[in-house]
Amino acid sequence: MTSELDIFVGNTTLIDEDVYRLWLDGYSVTDAVALRVRSGILEQTGATAAVLQSDTMDHYRTFHMLERLLHAPPKLLHQLIFQIPPSRQALLIERYYAFDEAFVWEVLGKKLSKGTKKDLDDISTKTGITLKSCRRQFDNFKRVFKVVEEMRGSLVDNIQQHFLLSDRLARDYAAIVFFANNRFETGKKKLQYLSFGDFAFCAELMIQNGTLGAVDSQMDDMDMDLDKEFLQDMKELKVLAADKDLLDLHKSLVCTALLGKLGVFSEMEANFKNLSRGLVNVAAKLTHNKDVRDLFVDLVEKFVEPCRSDHWPLSDVRFFLNQYSASVHSLDGFRHQALWDRYMGTLRGCLLRLYHD
Amino acid sequence: MPGKLKVKIVAGRHLPVMDRASDLTDAFVEVKFGNTTFKTDVYLKSLNPQWNSEWFKFEVDDEDLQDEPLQITVLDHDTYSANDAIGKVYIDIDPLLYSEAATVISGWFPIYDTIHGIRGEINVVVKVDLFNDLNRFRQSSCGVKFFCTTSIPKCYRAVIIHGFVEELVVNEDPEYQWIDRIRTPRASNEARQRLISLMSGELQRKIGLKVLEMRGNAVVGYLQCFDLEGESGLVVRAIGTACTLDKLSSPAAFLPACNSPSKEMKEIPFNEDPNPNTHSSGPSTPLKNQTYSFSPSKSYSRQSSSSDTDLSLTPKTGMGSGSAGKEGGPFKALLRQQTQSALEQREFPFFTLTAFPPGFLVHVGGVVSARSVKLLDRIHNPDEPETRDAWWAEIRQEIKSHAKALGCHAVVGYSESTSICEEVCILSASGTAAVLNPRFLQDGTVEGCLEQRLEENLSTRCGFCHIPYDELNMPFPAHLTYCYNCRKQKVPDVLFTTIDLPTDATVIGKGCLIQARLCRLKKKAQAEANATAISNLLPFMEYEVHTQLMNKLKLKGMNALFGLRIQITVGENMLMGLASATGVYLAALPTPGGIQIAGKTPNDGSYEQHISHMQKKINDTIAKNKELYEINPPEISEEIIGSPIPEPRQRSRLLRSQSESSDEVTELDLSHGKKDAFVLEIDDTDAMEDVHSLLTDVPPPSGFYSCNTEIMPGINNWTSEIQMFTSVRVIRLSSLNLTNQALNKNFNDLCENLLKSLYFKLRSMIPCCLCHVNFTVSLPEDELIQVTVTAVAITFDKNQALQTTKTSVEKSLQRASTDNEELLQFPLELCSDSLPSHPFPPVKEHLESASSNSGIPAAQRDRCSSWIELIKLKAQTIRRGSIKTTVTVEKASPVGDGNFRNRSAPPCANSTVGVVKMTPLSFIPGAKITKYLGIINMFFIRETTSLREEGGVSGFLHAFIAEVFAMVRAHVAALGGNAVVSYIMKQCVFMENPNKNQAQCLINVSGDAVVFVRESDLEVVSSQQPTTNCQSSCTEGEVTT
Repeated sequence: MTSELDIFVGNTTLIDEDVYRLWLDGYSVTDAVALRVRSGILEQTGATAAVLQSDTMDHYRTFHMLERLLHAPPKLLHQLIFQIPPSRQALLIERYYAFDEAFVWEVLGKKLSKGTKKDLDDISTKTGITLKSCRRQFDNFKRVFKVVEEMRGSLVDNIQQHFLLSDRLARDYAAIVFFANNRFETGKKKLQYLSFGDFAFCAELMIQNGTLGAVDSQMDDMDMDLDKEFLQDMKELKVLAADKDLLDLHKSLVCTALLGKLGVFSEMEANFKNLSRGLVNVAAKLTHNKDVRDLFVDLVEKFVEPCRSDHWPLSDVRFFLNQYSASVHSLDGFRHQALWDRYMGTLRGCLLRLYHD
Repeated sequence: MPGKLKVKIVAGRHLPVMDRASDLTDAFVEVKFGNTTFKTDVYLKSLNPQWNSEWFKFEVDDEDLQDEPLQITVLDHDTYSANDAIGKVYIDIDPLLYSEAATVISGWFPIYDTIHGIRGEINVVVKVDLFNDLNRFRQSSCGVKFFCTTSIPKCYRAVIIHGFVEELVVNEDPEYQWIDRIRTPRASNEARQRLISLMSGELQRKIGLKVLEMRGNAVVGYLQCFDLEGESGLVVRAIGTACTLDKLSSPAAFLPACNSPSKEMKEIPFNEDPNPNTHSSGPSTPLKNQTYSFSPSKSYSRQSSSSDTDLSLTPKTGMGSGSAGKEGGPFKALLRQQTQSALEQREFPFFTLTAFPPGFLVHVGGVVSARSVKLLDRIHNPDEPETRDAWWAEIRQEIKSHAKALGCHAVVGYSESTSICEEVCILSASGTAAVLNPRFLQDGTVEGCLEQRLEENLSTRCGFCHIPYDELNMPFPAHLTYCYNCRKQKVPDVLFTTIDLPTDATVIGKGCLIQARLCRLKKKAQAEANATAISNLLPFMEYEVHTQLMNKLKLKGMNALFGLRIQITVGENMLMGLASATGVYLAALPTPGGIQIAGKTPNDGSYEQHISHMQKKINDTIAKNKELYEINPPEISEEIIGSPIPEPRQRSRLLRSQSESSDEVTELDLSHGKKDAFVLEIDDTDAMEDVHSLLTDVPPPSGFYSCNTEIMPGINNWTSEIQMFTSVRVIRLSSLNLTNQALNKNFNDLCENLLKSLYFKLRSMIPCCLCHVNFTVSLPEDELIQVTVTAVAITFDKNQALQTTKTSVEKSLQRASTDNEELLQFPLELCSDSLPSHPFPPVKEHLESASSNSGIPAAQRDRCSSWIELIKLKAQTIRRGSIKTTVTVEKASPVGDGNFRNRSAPPCANSTVGVVKMTPLSFIPGAKITKYLGIINMFFIRETTSLREEGGVSGFLHAFIAEVFAMVRAHVAALGGNAVVSYIMKQCVFMENPNKNQAQCLINVSGDAVVFVRESDLEVVSSQQPTTNCQSSCTEGEVTT
């Protein structure tokens, strides 16, 4: 006796969250059944392995049919074939677009192209995430990227509108899209200590301040690309590092203000010129695409690492950065106050987030 | 030109890409009705076209309106080659043809293609303007309402239940026409879909005509089936019960009828006079406030004759003029006499209803069934479907005579079915022989309800169990005892019926699904020989199915079966029997005896030991089941308590017979000769198998109950979460060493595993009950068995369920008293602070007005207009009082609790798809049906030539069934409804050819589209409007009853 056909169709589509997770994680039916058996479900419900097998197959089939709709979530809401309560629809979408930290690490800042897709095999081996799951996550990134690539308006809003994601997840996707578009280097060994959250945080700040959309929200809202004009203008900041007088003045202003307030005052004093030069040079170099890509490497190399080796506490870093950016206003010979504020506003936030072990 | 059909094509969405080059589609729409076709403009390059067409107007006969479906085809325009069809939508416009149903069909319909499935949606608006037709000899029957529901629909009242209507139409099956060899599968499928749609329309119209002839206005329990006879043609047949229904203007009017009898009602002197005006009951009885339409003449001439059995309609004489005494004895005789005269003028006194208005069912005799094996021949002339008619007439005649033998004049819960394999066809009919109250069957019976109270008091809750046949002249040997409830009348020891459990029946404990499953191998044979072989096997199958049912019933410690449905399926090399029923313990019937096992070889030590071991196991199972289903009947200190030892000569009440093609009728005696029926003799391995199979049925996991009736006896605290589902399984038998035992085991495992899977899948709904579990078996190929199950899972409140340890008698008594208390609450409040000389009638009469639940009864208002001021003053009090009532009722029933759980209620802000509930039941728990929009009767074919790519057979069928659900929901939503009740999947024919990577499936579904309102919503309204206030509290009262 073999089962030729075995199906269950409910008027309200049954969604088993546990099975959905297994499916998303890319397990085969056999593996999923084995995992479910191990979870002790048989003992809890008194079911047999055959029942579990049939149940799992059913759910997998349903998910397979739903997948086409999940690629364009608004379709899931308007379709008539599956009657799913709104709360469940939201769950389906949210989970489908959720991603693994380990995976996103591997593709963050990479071009979402076919070439990268071939690397998915390696990523799968490296992270232990099934190839199927890697594919889904990669395809999700790529799909979102393609849809919002040419769109105007707020990146997060666009993603939310077209993929019906939660605010949190939409922000994450905005970061992923932003990173992929600007191809920021994140894979260097130096950056290994950072989490996706750190990058996402920085991306958000940069989208807010560093893109075209940030300056003029009225027209040509392009959240994806950094503001070329802004990057060009930042060359002007070079003077802060190149002009010795200005640099000395800046240093003395900062030191005066922070005297007695900083635990690592002497280290700061000793390193001020290096740090300042580093930060200013990062800004000045951003006209080249190559340097844009290395932004995070540079920040860690030029600022985070020196501070960390001197064991600056985070509070001191904050005091320093506040004072460092504020003191520029007192430099009479410096004319690019607004530019500086825009740059440092973003940078201060990023550095504070990046500054940890 | 009595009708104008208007159609507007608004827009499309999610269309498939038809032009690979542009990834877009140039779509336009063809709208066809009859022979007229209109086209919209081509909407270029869009997957979401906005046609916004003009109104396309069709001027048509109402006959065509009933027969023809509206056919909408979406196409892709192609300049250089033929336009490609995207898909079609068939819309049955019948619901627009009667005034009380839908007025407009408007909404998104899935565009369906028989090869590709659903391909996008189209927004359509359909309206019908009907002109009055004065032609008396018309062929249309617009205005007759159809209901699939097998009880009187919730917002109607039965004025008269006329009786059986049936019709069948035949045609050639397009699939087997010569042209099919040259046309595409799509064209062939569409021809078939269209033909069946046309035939259904025609059938419905013809049935409607018969109803009009009988002066009815509705068909209840309408069941339409297709027989795909292959080469020999296509038969569409339908049966139903003609009724005259009255729409209840407000739910107020039907409350007293279903309320527990109030004191005043009992005081009404019995009066047979059909004239309602002469009634002496209190003026505030709400039934009196209604107007009834009586037909002036009782005789009429037939206006048209159709092809088949006519109802012999002789003028009624002497009906409704008799008067019965108050005593039970002579009354009963008279009743019988009347029923007889009322029913005998009908050729077939059959009723497809399974639940009845209170007082309708007097006695139940037992199940009657008849089967006949026929050889199919080509239907030569579709206009003369005489052979098929004659076959059915013959079977019905048999059923009628069986019922007569049981002392009954009517058959209720009647249904018909067929099983076809190649050229052999088994026709089956079954029902429950019963004695009915004649008042519902004739004109002027409207008052029956009230008067019935008197009679019901004589035999409350157990009357239907009393034997209708003569004790001294029993149709079969039976074991009778005095009724355990009233102690006056005789009852049988076991009762089998095809109907739902009457609402007033006293049940102890809970019920459960009982199934008998059986396979018999049969030699492959041709034509006549085959039919003979099947005919010879049938009696044995019936006998065994029946024995299995009886044994399983005993094993459950129960004594009655409801909703019994025995299905015999014929295949190439085997016969399958599947009987499903809901077992209950009726308080009026004696305690069932146990099951005794006896060995054939005495004095064999080990064997004896084995036997006693088995015996112990069986006894344990019975004890366990009694505990599980909470069967603890009250101790009766009389000697008639059923002993656990088998009683001699226990009898079955199943009377049936076979007739084969030769029309030879053989009666089968189901009595087990002289031996004790419930001594199981283990004389060979077969018997051992039987005993084992008895014990292998696993009870559902805790928190689950199942039944195949409308509701589960013993559970009445439903919450609002429901889940309707269809599950299909096909197994392939290994062709090697097929024996009856192996077959039985396979089949048994298949059904048991299927149930287990259902329990597992629905575990999140615990505590819940699977209701209306409907198994269908088919044998699509030599070694394939297909089982299709449709059922609904309903959650209930566990805390309440635990209280059911009390017998329901106590409970209903309790309820009756609380009812009274609740009702008393506000009238007393009213009286207490009114003037000393207040003009109110005594409290008792006031009680009536309260129960009439229009806070201020109309009659009173007229009589005592001076009170109005006072009443207005008290309105506030009344409101408060009623709310109090609502709250009390709500505590008793966890309806409110369910509302919180209901996830579907708040529609998602950005979702445009409304939730449509589907249920095989006639009601929706926790909600009130406010409108019936018409029947849904849909037939779909789906075919694929890329089976593997669509996920194999499972993927293919899964998607198809989901699509069918979607199309049903879309049609209901377009009618303005939010649920389908009495939903049934009548056919699911699945054929596959994996070698060719092909599969085909035909599905036929039906149900009633309705609008329902959540009781919680009603309450919200009620707190604002005092007039509707009572409505909601009554509805709840009704649901909990």
